[in-house]
Amino acid sequence: MALPADPAPELQEYAHPEKLVTTDWLAEHLGEDGLVVVESDEDVLLYETGHIPGAVKIDWHLDLNDPVTRDYVDGEGFAQVMSRAGITADTTIVVYGDKSNWWAAYALWVFELFGHADVRLLDGGRALWEAEGRELTREAPSPAATEYPVLERDDSTARAFREDVLAFLGGQLVDVRSPQEYSGERLHMPDYPQEGAVRGGHIPGASSVPWAKAAREDGRFHRRADLESVYQKEQGLDPAEPVIAYCRIGERSSHSWFALKYLLGFEDVKNYDGSWTEWGNSVRVPVVTGTEPGEVPSA
Amino acid sequence: MTTPIAHGDGSGADGASAPLPPAFAQVVEDFQALAGRDRLQLLLEFADGLPDLPERYADHPELLEPVPECQTPIFLITEVDGEGEQAPMRLFFSAPPEAPTTRGFAGILAEGLEGLTVGEVLAVPADVTETLGLAEVVSPLRLRGMGAMLGRIKRQLGEKAGI
Repeated sequence: MALPADPAPELQEYAHPEKLVTTDWLAEHLGEDGLVVVESDEDVLLYETGHIPGAVKIDWHLDLNDPVTRDYVDGEGFAQVMSRAGITADTTIVVYGDKSNWWAAYALWVFELFGHADVRLLDGGRALWEAEGRELTREAPSPAATEYPVLERDDSTARAFREDVLAFLGGQLVDVRSPQEYSGERLHMPDYPQEGAVRGGHIPGASSVPWAKAAREDGRFHRRADLESVYQKEQGLDPAEPVIAYCRIGERSSHSWFALKYLLGFEDVKNYDGSWTEWGNSVRVPVVTGTEPGEVPSA
Repeated sequence: MTTPIAHGDGSGADGASAPLPPAFAQVVEDFQALAGRDRLQLLLEFADGLPDLPERYADHPELLEPVPECQTPIFLITEVDGEGEQAPMRLFFSAPPEAPTTRGFAGILAEGLEGLTVGEVLAVPADVTETLGLAEVVSPLRLRGMGAMLGRIKRQLGEKAGI
């Protein structure tokens, strides 16, 4: 049985308010049957330094990625991860994490590829929970293993591959990396390691909307009106038309994907997880440098 | 989790590289003695135990060198007393509490290299970071940051000791 949605008034303005919970709601429902809280961070050791009581850790790299092929785990692998975490198909999952929920949004996106019915994000993530002085513990739970069904991953509705993007040129592409990565000045995030792209720039026609435009200082998402002003007014993106978002490896774009799909109600949003570490290494794909979206090559 | 970690390039030249300094060898042994999850706990202990910067650097962060290969910013500085391989050296690190993996890497280097001369640090094999059995618990990608830290330490020491 799914837990009731968070009735907090500030969430109701979003297109799908049931996809977010506030820290108040989570504090009130911690420990209830049918709820599992998942922490998913960039820093693999952060959970061990202290986490929300009862929360389990799922690491994007060690748990959700296939160790050999550049892809996510398959249905069996996913069922094992969920089983270890004490999650069943009916569980309400609340995911939170560091970096304004980048990796939490990424985990949520992967959970949804497998069709898990009820996954929500903790608005504000780990940083807000901590800033509010709420409890963190080093005590790791040991959930009893559950039976989780082996589900087939559906890559057709929320995930885009390189070929899909090539066929989509001229459509609404959103590049959520930093302006320097977009222009081609840098191959990686400021202060981050170079993770192996041999060309800099962006996909022709892509709008530049850095992920942080969706987040407030405290880690929560912006109010709906502010999101509309960024994506719809400034960028002229049409919620009725398909959108593909990308970044470097698909984690920052999961955050923007979430905002477009669930907060603004865009109908068809996909995340291109190959992102720049694939596109920037691909032979003969078109690349544009500089601050303008650039010419889209004719097919 | 107890699979031995291959050293070097696997060409069968085991033991050809210089032996590890005793303190570092002890750290490697401690990690190797543990199963996967417990290795993460030990890394957490190193993160918790990373000493604070002395005041002369705490007030002057611009003196520290950033290590951008780490996912979260870490800064390090070396001190060398004199010149040449025999010169004693000291290491200082700064990384925020929300970057425990990076702090843990720094803590390992701080403990494993403490009290060595410049020449002894320069002789530490670059692939020592792969002998801790951490790749499977933190991922090889993240572990790369520790190798980068060691590389920068060696470069600073070489420059400062005039080698």
